[in-house]
Amino acid sequence: MDRVALTLIELGAVVFCLGLLARLAGRIGMSPIPLYLVGGLCFGAGGVVELSGMKEFSHLAGEIGVILLLLMLGLEYTATELVTGLRRSWKAGILDFVLNFVPGAALAALLGWGVVGAMVMGGVTYISSSGIAAKVITDLGRIGNRETPVVLSILVFEDLAMAVYLPILTATLAGVSFLGGMQTVGVSLAVVTVVLLVALRHGHHVSKAVHSENSEVFLLNLLGAALLVSGVAAALQVSAAVGAFMLGIAISGATAHSATRILEPLRDLFAAIFFVAFGLNTDPASIPPVLAWALVLAVVTAATKIITGAWAAKRAGIARPGRFRAGAALIARGEFSIVIAGLAVTSGVVEAELAALATAYVLIMAVIGPLAARYIEPLVKKLSRPARPEPVPA
Amino acid sequence: MNVEETDLPGLGRRKDFMTASGRRIGVVELREGQTELFVSTWDDPDTCQASIPLTGDEAATLGNLLGGQHLAMKLTEAHREVPGITTRQFSIAADSPFQNQPMGKACIRTRCGVSIVAIMREGEVVPSPGPDVLLHPGDLLVAVGTQEGLDAAADILRNG
Repeated sequence: MDRVALTLIELGAVVFCLGLLARLAGRIGMSPIPLYLVGGLCFGAGGVVELSGMKEFSHLAGEIGVILLLLMLGLEYTATELVTGLRRSWKAGILDFVLNFVPGAALAALLGWGVVGAMVMGGVTYISSSGIAAKVITDLGRIGNRETPVVLSILVFEDLAMAVYLPILTATLAGVSFLGGMQTVGVSLAVVTVVLLVALRHGHHVSKAVHSENSEVFLLNLLGAALLVSGVAAALQVSAAVGAFMLGIAISGATAHSATRILEPLRDLFAAIFFVAFGLNTDPASIPPVLAWALVLAVVTAATKIITGAWAAKRAGIARPGRFRAGAALIARGEFSIVIAGLAVTSGVVEAELAALATAYVLIMAVIGPLAARYIEPLVKKLSRPARPEPVPA
Repeated sequence: MNVEETDLPGLGRRKDFMTASGRRIGVVELREGQTELFVSTWDDPDTCQASIPLTGDEAATLGNLLGGQHLAMKLTEAHREVPGITTRQFSIAADSPFQNQPMGKACIRTRCGVSIVAIMREGEVVPSPGPDVLLHPGDLLVAVGTQEGLDAAADILRNG
């Protein structure tokens, strides 16, 4: 068969299946990300059907998916929100980082994956899924809850941490020396600061440069700018994703809102292909051996996120049930854990088991996160009540 | 009244206060322009019993209802000394014959001796409206008059 025809047929079939999976996810009220991953596992290397025609396309599309994910993450918060969020939640943010980075890093070290593996797995367990968390908050009608700003400012902090973490990770994966690594850190910190300052003072100029009333022109401007900035960032070894994220932060106000609206369908498409492509490259047979570790990691990091959220909520003067709600809302890991694992896998310097562990871990966390957020309150109530009333002495 | 304002990064802004009965009540102004009205539960002021999304129109109407009630209570208080005088509120329905017409066309004062002292519109008060003010569907008219006069006025506004 013609190569193009084969690619089109495979791609069409995969995207169509993704549509069915997304519908199923919506029906049972869960995030579609784990289903996309499972879909990728089924079709990829060692899966039910092996698709080879779409490999080239899905690789590039996956890259674009990561760029769009990060661009939209940057668009979500204004520079002012980031700065006030940082000021308000840096203590909780640091606790969050320590408690949730360490378990992943420790397990990687235990399995003998070295410093690079520890960096990657730490990142995978650290970053909550802001997409799933935001959906859980709206779906459960918790927008007006008092603990919600606490949860959101921790997510804001994590996003900023990503801007520093991703360049370091990229440098580590590229095998840059310690000194070179420090240089990248310095560069990325400087870039983050400059972008925040520019966005705070002159954000409207950046917005003006890409904005247009015509949605077609606007879309092309946005996408062009995002790919350009990401490409330049990648060439400078600061990670393409961070470039897109920074562009997202610099675009502000009304332009950011219309950009979100216009990019959402594109992001959904390319991010879905990214998740599938990640699953495609993972051999399903490699999952069972790491499943036990993934479960251990899931239990530990669910507990550490609850502790983080509960501590932050307590500081904000929130009562016991609210503290548990705040903690549970943070449990879900998703898109960004896969982005991190994906960067590592593409670089080819990490063990193949790492991709399997990350996949299994995210599969578990993306499913139990929303469930925990829903059921933690009745569960805690039940547990804190005495099991049976005191026997009355006769 | 002490209204607390809190930023919700990525979502919008929350404005709420504690009622005398110990419930937190407020609105979240979402970025996309919708409003979410919420009320806390009895036992845990941190959580919401109800969180109700409102469109712009619905929020304005609710604002009118609450504001109109407040105004009517104040006027009733003021007219307490005068026996036989009452305050009542009329809303302009979407099928009212006077919608998008100047208020003077209804000739309420001439026909039943009732004064329209204010119009509540989109959360704002239009005090002592003149006869050329246009009536919009959703407007809340605050009227002062005798019991019979007000009944007649209600009938005029509904049926013309």
